[in-house]
Amino acid sequence: MKDLALGALDAVAQRGVSYADVRALETRERDISTKNGKAGHVSSSESAGIGIRVLAFGCWGFAATDDLTREGIASAAALALEIARAGTAAKKTDITLAPELPYRETWASAFAIDPFSVPVDQNLGVLLAVDQELRRQPGVSLAEASMHFERRRQVFASTLGSLIDQTRVVSGAGFSALSYKDGEIQKRSYPNSFGGQFQLKGYELVEELQLLENAPRIAQEAVALHSADQCPAGEFDLILDSSQLGLQIHESIGHPIELDRVLGSEANYAGMSFLTLDQLGRLQYGSPIVNVVCDARPAHGPGLGTFAFDDEGVPAQGTDIIRDGRFVGYMTSRETAAAVGQAQSNGCMRADGWGRLPLIRMTNVSLEPGSQSLAEVLDAERAIYMETNRSWSIDDKRYNFQFGCEIAWEMRRGKRIRMLKNPSYSGISTEFWNACAAIAGPEHWTLWGVPNCGKGQPEQVMGTGHGASPARFHKIKVGSAYGG
Amino acid sequence: MAAEIPVEGVFEQVVTAARALGVSEVEAILGAGDHALTRFSNNAIHQNVAERNRQISVRVAIEGRTARATTNRLDRESIRGVVEQAIAITRLAEPDPDLLPLAEPAPYQHFDRFSRATAGATPGDRAGAVAEAIQAVEAAGQVAAGIYSTGLSTFSILNARGVSASYSETMARFSITAMAADSSGWAKASACDHGDLSPLELARTAARKAEASRAPRELPPGRYTVILEPAAVLDLAGQMFGDFSATAIRDGRSFLAGRIGNKLFGDNITIHDDVRHPLQSGAPFDGEGVPRERLTLVDRGVVRDIAYCRQAAALAGVAPTGHGYPLPNEYGEAPANIVIAGGDSSVEEMIASTERGILVTRLWYIREVDPYQKIFTGMTRDGTFLVEGGRVTAGVRNFRFNQGLMEMLSNVEALSPAVRASGEEASDMVVPAMKVRDFNFTEVTRF
Repeated sequence: MKDLALGALDAVAQRGVSYADVRALETRERDISTKNGKAGHVSSSESAGIGIRVLAFGCWGFAATDDLTREGIASAAALALEIARAGTAAKKTDITLAPELPYRETWASAFAIDPFSVPVDQNLGVLLAVDQELRRQPGVSLAEASMHFERRRQVFASTLGSLIDQTRVVSGAGFSALSYKDGEIQKRSYPNSFGGQFQLKGYELVEELQLLENAPRIAQEAVALHSADQCPAGEFDLILDSSQLGLQIHESIGHPIELDRVLGSEANYAGMSFLTLDQLGRLQYGSPIVNVVCDARPAHGPGLGTFAFDDEGVPAQGTDIIRDGRFVGYMTSRETAAAVGQAQSNGCMRADGWGRLPLIRMTNVSLEPGSQSLAEVLDAERAIYMETNRSWSIDDKRYNFQFGCEIAWEMRRGKRIRMLKNPSYSGISTEFWNACAAIAGPEHWTLWGVPNCGKGQPEQVMGTGHGASPARFHKIKVGSAYGG
Repeated sequence: MAAEIPVEGVFEQVVTAARALGVSEVEAILGAGDHALTRFSNNAIHQNVAERNRQISVRVAIEGRTARATTNRLDRESIRGVVEQAIAITRLAEPDPDLLPLAEPAPYQHFDRFSRATAGATPGDRAGAVAEAIQAVEAAGQVAAGIYSTGLSTFSILNARGVSASYSETMARFSITAMAADSSGWAKASACDHGDLSPLELARTAARKAEASRAPRELPPGRYTVILEPAAVLDLAGQMFGDFSATAIRDGRSFLAGRIGNKLFGDNITIHDDVRHPLQSGAPFDGEGVPRERLTLVDRGVVRDIAYCRQAAALAGVAPTGHGYPLPNEYGEAPANIVIAGGDSSVEEMIASTERGILVTRLWYIREVDPYQKIFTGMTRDGTFLVEGGRVTAGVRNFRFNQGLMEMLSNVEALSPAVRASGEEASDMVVPAMKVRDFNFTEVTRF
């Protein structure tokens, strides 16, 4: 693959570009699922290709191909250049890039058990045991369980002289129980919705998740929700479990801090951001206990946003985003860093495969653990505690959001008083984070994986990481999803 | 760079490799695509890409077991490898007592939805049209962002029982957002032939909307009469069609469980699934090669037909409708070519007949709140207007809605003729604009 990448770089570098980079990728994936006692989906796939990005005539051009012959690569290189030349028809200024050093490194993510070494029948055995446990609960009408594994090797080469060989192994697993009864559908998922938990780990993740041990509780809750009270509407202290808080971070912090959004690149699709450049260093994003980082370094944890280098050859970094409640940092690329006068990119450019252009994407955007115990977080006079996302929506500048969760409980002084169904909450991003009253400590902090983040045209689907501990928020609007 | 696959020759290699391992029940899906997209923002082209890929996906069936393996390498050794992989994981899979033998061949209708000019569109062609569109928005003192994409795709399915179905089409899309200081407007269209698109006209529409919604007023949330332009209808109504699925109903995850034959919508709502419709696109056969049938999903408000894949049809004792996903999968089937019957009102007539209401260009970030009541939440975006006394009087700040679809489609007061609409939250469909009473806006955002 190194020869392939370097050969492609040669093909394009000879054509008079001011900069070029090439990503040669090989990916392998396996997906296994079960549904009501039967195999639902058993598949494997592999893909190989190359993406060539050039900066010429002051414009970007990108062409990707699965044709890895010399002729195929030469054709893609020529097309990338033709595309860049065409861009001059609507060019305002020449694109400039923040400086970066050349790197020649090889890196692979750590894992204990290669997930592809575990036979498919063993995967199915684990999932069918969970399935059986779920359906042991009367009232469960649909039991589903799944695993996902992927290995991606990428060789990046650039005209700066970088040659970076990275291999990332991702695993994921989870299950859900759905109960349809008397004109109502209720569902519980474990350990999270969207297929469960996903991390930069091997098969050991599946063993750590204790899927079978949690199946009876989840099944029981799915059925019990039918006889639970409807979540009331009004203003309440709100406590979120760490998985829901992870998605809250993703939507109301992670996306708004993408500097390409701020500068307008996504205006036609994903939207823009309320975090205009004048807000940096000034906006009180959250209460003083809110500290958020964007950290792709392995030391942050095995997140879906963990790597050694981003997809334009910039080393993984940790960047303060919110410090003591104040907004202090964006996620950047070489182009956007230069556009706002920053000395260097903080390494957030990622592409979802060989066929697509790198974009600014979340790495691991995490809320740092607080100093309170879980008991202190739960200890409100009256609060609603919500768990596991069911729906999520936010406007195109990331002010107004609404989330629904699978289950909630009314809490009095830390004790669960009654189960509530169909919970939802809504608000304005900065008002919500400024209402943060308590965050649990590091022993309750989990680095969640969101495997399905969409952005870009053509759309790219990316995995992002979000660490969070359970936290409490003061006087949040609850229940408007069912209002009106 | 055109991606082409010698379909018959590749499938012969698949069959030979499978037989060498003692497997005769084999199916292959072959896909190829060339897609290019020119993206612009801040009145300049900023991302400009092309992608070519080919893929072969092999499924085998062995003693009631089935599994799939896929690769994008089409050399002889890789084809043999993907067949071996499919067989290896199939042998480790659990048997499914409901698994059917491979589909038998059946005639399907052929469509000409392939435009040579669109397939041959160059980066220069796209950039020229984009430059012209940007100029129109710039001339209005606004900032443009959007995309112009062109591409071609082919999809073939073949199996050892003689199914051999192929479909090719081209597709072009142009979308543009025009932004003024405190307002924006949007327009989008798609067509199999890029000559049927008018980027300049779309740019002018977006600019007009941005201009008309300057200095937006903030209105309180509440129940309003709304006029939903076709893209808004598409993106919201389009959320429910996955439920018109026999498998979803059997699983208890469809809002139609227990409701087939019921009148759920107004008398003026009739919905078909019709791949033959002249404004539709997509293959005339499903993921097993079964020809797509025309379905009457809703007839004057009453739920009539649902989609059946082969397995769901066998379990129900009916004929498959040709809407199945490639096997193996958990979801069974879904309609793919929605056509909502239109009426004879224009958007202008809907506005003229509205004493007080909201005109909505586009909806955004639509997510399901309640799966059985079929309530969805989302936002208005890029052109939301107050209608008073039969005319548009102001732009308004964007609303969040929480709206049940059964209620919405029971409250439709007027429909325009149906058009091919393109949004961002559901696949392209043929839908009308709708005037709907008592639409439920629950919150207002800051812009």
